[in-house]
Amino acid sequence: MPKIKMPRSSPSLDMTPMVDLAFLLVTFFMLTSKFRATEPVVVDPPSSTSQILLPENVMLITVDTTGRVFFDLTGKDVRRKMLEGMATKYQIGFSEKQYQRFSVMGTFGMPVRDLPNYIDADEKKRVLMDKNAIGVPTDSLHNELADWILQGYGASEIDLGKKGLSDKALKEKRIRYAIKADGMTNYNKVKKVIEIFGTEKIYQFNLITNLKGAAPAVAAK
Amino acid sequence: MAEVNSGGDDGGKKGKKKRPKKGSTRIDMTPMVDLAFLLLTFFILATTLSKPKTMEIVYPKKPDPLEKPMPVNFKLANTILLGEKDDQVYYYPGKFKLDTTVLEKIDFSKDGIRKLLLDKNKNVNDVVTQLEGQLLNHQINDSTFKSRRSKAKGDSLAPFFIVKTVEKTKYKTVIDLIDEMNIANAAKYAVVDMADAEKVALSKVIKK
Repeated sequence: MPKIKMPRSSPSLDMTPMVDLAFLLVTFFMLTSKFRATEPVVVDPPSSTSQILLPENVMLITVDTTGRVFFDLTGKDVRRKMLEGMATKYQIGFSEKQYQRFSVMGTFGMPVRDLPNYIDADEKKRVLMDKNAIGVPTDSLHNELADWILQGYGASEIDLGKKGLSDKALKEKRIRYAIKADGMTNYNKVKKVIEIFGTEKIYQFNLITNLKGAAPAVAAK
Repeated sequence: MAEVNSGGDDGGKKGKKKRPKKGSTRIDMTPMVDLAFLLLTFFILATTLSKPKTMEIVYPKKPDPLEKPMPVNFKLANTILLGEKDDQVYYYPGKFKLDTTVLEKIDFSKDGIRKLLLDKNKNVNDVVTQLEGQLLNHQINDSTFKSRRSKAKGDSLAPFFIVKTVEKTKYKTVIDLIDEMNIANAAKYAVVDMADAEKVALSKVIKK
């Protein structure tokens, strides 16, 4: 009796379509997403049914549960100009390297005099400093938040002015003010921030919320 | 001359036929797949895909002390008081009167605030819903829709809502309430501090 010959097939698969697929996905993610900015505080905003997306050019104020205020502004050149304004106002000298590092930094929450140390610190040290940060001072004696807002607005206006946009485009591109607060923050802490904006004649805000039903954002460590 | 092809035909007539070695055209793709998926994982973890959602809100200006205050039609006023906890929500219509005003307790359920707001704001809400229908059927274009909607929402006879907070009201409660306003298409609302008389009334009702 002749032996039945099993067809000998190679155990290796053709991987080419899989590579195609994987690189397609990589390309998709690279193009559609942007890097998650490191946030010094974890804030879980309340949910709402609003569908409006956060605009591009935005000044973001974060208020955590204890009422600490953190400040962030988008745009490299704008950040630099803003810090230059603050440096003159508070008579603090920043080195060229510090300006450069600040322009690519994210959210911060400390008095401006502590800022040079924070900028120079490395990643690990910053995490520790963020943990102990007291937030941007908002009390009437050292109302640094109001100065940051003013300088940030000024810097952004200068930056937009350079681009030579039409009035309509300018209106759309103009800086917006976003407030991100934890759901458990006392409202009067948020109100305080809004009042400071009010003294600078800014009344319109974007309050950041989660989409209702969506899972809360994965907390950064 | 230099001979490169070592496995080439060295006189094809010697017994065995020697063929040029055929290298397989297939490459092992596995490491490449590994790499691709590694990159994929990295991008998924390190990036944010969607921008956060926001709620647009306009706060009232600080009244100029030199200007005369605008006359307020208290028939259209509806006040919602928010206590420290998110289930302490009370409502009263019209003007606050120390002896006659009764605070009505409401909540965030379907028949609570939403029903109240939709009832009060029925006229505006109906117009907006109608406009939305027209927009969907391409009877009106987007800009007409927006201008008509804002006109309807800003109608002088539309009811307005005053949200009053105490010091320890949670931000979440305020946002929830504003969200309900948006659902009911109520655009005339403001978030302000609670007056002392109202605080007293509120604490009385809560204690009960």
